[in-house]
Amino acid sequence: MCVLAHVFEAAGLATVALISVRGVAERLPPPRGLYGEFPLGRPLGKPGDAAFQHDVLRRAFALLERASGPVLEDYPEVVESDDTPLACALPPRHDASLPAAVDEARALRAAYDRTLAARGVTSVGRAIDADAVPDALDALHRIAEGAAWPEAGLAADPVSIAHDIRSYYEEAAIALTDAPPAGGQTEAWFYEQTAGGRTLLAARAAMQAGGAPFPLWFYMARATR
Amino acid sequence: MSDTPMRDYAAGTPMPDLGPTPWSTPKPLAESRVAIVTTAALHVVGDDGFTNDDTSFRVIPRARRDLALGHWSPNFDRAGFAADLDVVFPIDRLEELAAEGVIGSVAPRHLAFAGNQEDTLSAIRLDSGPRAAALLAGDAVDVVLLTPV
Repeated sequence: MCVLAHVFEAAGLATVALISVRGVAERLPPPRGLYGEFPLGRPLGKPGDAAFQHDVLRRAFALLERASGPVLEDYPEVVESDDTPLACALPPRHDASLPAAVDEARALRAAYDRTLAARGVTSVGRAIDADAVPDALDALHRIAEGAAWPEAGLAADPVSIAHDIRSYYEEAAIALTDAPPAGGQTEAWFYEQTAGGRTLLAARAAMQAGGAPFPLWFYMARATR
Repeated sequence: MSDTPMRDYAAGTPMPDLGPTPWSTPKPLAESRVAIVTTAALHVVGDDGFTNDDTSFRVIPRARRDLALGHWSPNFDRAGFAADLDVVFPIDRLEELAAEGVIGSVAPRHLAFAGNQEDTLSAIRLDSGPRAAALLAGDAVDVVLLTPV
């Protein structure tokens, strides 16, 4: 993003960059940058808080009044991530003959659909749609249980599958909570509390142990997982 | 999960020297047309998504809110975007600022990149970046608000 700021500014467009990694902006200084120590993925700081977002923009646009640069300032309030898993009810087991993740994903479909109806859009669909999420989890379950990943029946590359599964769960979680969760809470819920998340991590670990190419398993989940 | 390891990793990656930081003197904000350029890999549903090494951009018309998050990195929070588009792409906030007269106007088209770049950064510097700048200039944009994830 700092590179784009250079390109645009050189073309005569004035730029203001919201900065999420201060160390990058220090090494590739954009003309005007406002660093917000907010959870990565939330450059305006707080979802559902228009007043906070306006304050971020007010401070960013104020940098346009500077006579010279580069200028890099810090937003005065830090918004911390929260590693506490989201308090979000999970469905009880319905069909014990199925892997837990498959049963769970099927049961979360109504919540996912409620979020989709409210938002009108979903980020599920890079490789598979919501209908295919239980089958994808079934394939990951087989990998976690020892099946070779190329023969497990994945409908697409594992990274795209992982993106769609995580998006499905996180969008379902929106319908199961009253307020936007703190940064990191939904991710912690997915990976630590849900059968789907645990199955994804187990399949990823099995692929690593089985010698799958690094990019195919590593990017299935956050690096620190 | 703390973002500190990811911030430390990103800050430590090799970066070329871009030379002196360019500087354009803007006209007053209240007279400026503002566009958002995000690196969150957003795209209108139905448009092509981003591949994992994609250095091109997608166009987001001003009125569209049916945007999907197509970023390939799993290393950031996605639930905020799922709850509120504006926490990544503050288009409604810009519309409010335009209605209040704080900014001159909202651009008719906004852009999304995917945050991908090769080590030399040449595709962004020499190809898609200049093409994006020309598109924005053609829309009489004065100020670009850059948002990451």
